[in-house]
Amino acid sequence: MTTAPVTKKSIFKRPEKPYTHPYFGGVVLGIVLFFAFFLTGNGLGSSGATARIDALIVDAISPSHVDNNPYLLKLAGGDKNPLDDWIVPVFFGALLGGFASGWFNGRLKFMTTKGPHISDRTRWLMAFLGGVLFLYGARMARGCTSGQALSGGATLSAGSWAVMFAIFGGAYGLAYFVRKLWN
Amino acid sequence: MNFPLPEFIVVSASNPWTYILFGAIGFAFGYTLEMSGFGDSRKLAAQFYFTELTVLKVMFTAIVTAMVLLFGAVGLGILNFNQVWVNPTYLWSGILGGLIMGVGFIIGGFCPTTSLASASTGKIDGMFFMLGGFVGAALFAETEPLFTNWYNNAGYYGRVTLDQVLNLPVGVVVLLVVLMALFMFWGAEQLERIIGKKDMSREPKLRIAGAGVLVAAALVVVFLGEPSFEQRYNKLTFTRTETVEQPNSDPLVITYTYTADEMLSNRFVFVSPAEAFKAKYNQSMKPVYLDVRSEADYNLYHIEGAVNVPLERIEEIIPLLLTESPANTVFIVMSNDETAAVQAWKILVADTVPNVYILEGGVNHWIAFFGRGDEPLRPNPRAGDDELGYLFPAALGDRYESCSPNPIEYENLQFEAKIKLQLKRDKSGGGCG
Repeated sequence: MTTAPVTKKSIFKRPEKPYTHPYFGGVVLGIVLFFAFFLTGNGLGSSGATARIDALIVDAISPSHVDNNPYLLKLAGGDKNPLDDWIVPVFFGALLGGFASGWFNGRLKFMTTKGPHISDRTRWLMAFLGGVLFLYGARMARGCTSGQALSGGATLSAGSWAVMFAIFGGAYGLAYFVRKLWN
Repeated sequence: MNFPLPEFIVVSASNPWTYILFGAIGFAFGYTLEMSGFGDSRKLAAQFYFTELTVLKVMFTAIVTAMVLLFGAVGLGILNFNQVWVNPTYLWSGILGGLIMGVGFIIGGFCPTTSLASASTGKIDGMFFMLGGFVGAALFAETEPLFTNWYNNAGYYGRVTLDQVLNLPVGVVVLLVVLMALFMFWGAEQLERIIGKKDMSREPKLRIAGAGVLVAAALVVVFLGEPSFEQRYNKLTFTRTETVEQPNSDPLVITYTYTADEMLSNRFVFVSPAEAFKAKYNQSMKPVYLDVRSEADYNLYHIEGAVNVPLERIEEIIPLLLTESPANTVFIVMSNDETAAVQAWKILVADTVPNVYILEGGVNHWIAFFGRGDEPLRPNPRAGDDELGYLFPAALGDRYESCSPNPIEYENLQFEAKIKLQLKRDKSGGGCG
């Protein structure tokens, strides 16, 4: 690992540090998850916040549409503030925490992470499509890898274990057919 | 102290600390994801080509660590598992949603929270994933009405945990999950060695010791088991506020804390037949009459709408009471006199069922109060404690007049109101909703 020269020592050019060992990262993440449950009774999550921010936007543009859609109604119906939920501060906290770790470890950089044989544009399109599908599935399953697999996995929720295996099943099932994207 | 802390169960503007605490939890969450390498989609996608199994290692280490700590705290009696959000099982929407998520994962290279860690560190593909996420969630909201019935009902089993499915003690399931995770880690390292061509000799030896600690901790959880009824009951506290009118200033609000036994001895939880009856016509609450007598007694006579759950089976319905009843439900338990009802009350409150009350004097008192017009009912002088104090010509169930007193005839009933509705947790407040 190279150390950045002294002249370049700005806050955004910290020396890049390697990632932590996966088991260590896992233990820290597990302790965070435990304290979330221990203090608040809730686990971790983020996809719910995406839906709530959507609901906020729809509510600002067309409140009557919210009141006619049973799913949005639950989030933002009437006087309800869709952001009034534990998952919203977790969402923004996670954005900030990711940024802090990237900054501290010298990984703040505009770049595209992709497989070696595709263009940036293809990667962006695929990332966008993946995001659409993932969040669609996450709302259907009532939680994503965080809200279902991690949180539900740790509380031994039977349904969450089914969701977890379905996520891995879906990804492994398709991995061979999209191998050009990554290898 | 009882955990989770009641102040933090629901996020609300009246308590800004809730935002700060959840924000801090989110911060730690995002930080750990980024430092584990989840801001880089290549690291995530490598999981599915067996070259690098970081996703599996981080995820399962986190799951088993949190699980062992959580059930350890439950076993020690410091964490109340009934107040911990357990994702309800919607089997079919969960599986289909999971498969769609898997497709999104391998195409997009992220999951929702890792895309946050990625986007916030400047990764453009992470930003596109986030953007797509907003579109996907909005699409779901728009299409959900098309299959709302399936979405809300298919394979719905409520709050069900693996120990219930497997019919094993929870500690044993914890141990089995730990062993399964360790086996998967071993397999993952073999795959990394063979397919990923990774030099495993450079892996820290400490991980073997960590595995040993994990198994030992899981064995402790097996040994601790779940706290007994006495442990849970004796730890209960109830707070009640009383407002004392002051002649020349604002009324004084005093908060008292009572143990469960004090709640009984002060008769705070005994409601008169008049109050129990009037609860039906009170818009703010939804009374559920739990008749804990034998089926034979129930068939002889019971209050209209009462549900028969014999005392020995009351524990079976607790998960149902906790998860399926609206927050403003008031449970009124009754036996012939009070003995069995008091026992049922203890069992229910020990499992933190909220708003449980006892019908004062039981069904006998109810009949004495409302039964003046019921000609066929004659007192039974030989009835013992908690036995029906009346003789019944036939088992008419709830078809005696006093089973459903006339609300017009009894419109103006005087009683001391004992029910103080406590709205604890908004059910939709938990989980990823």
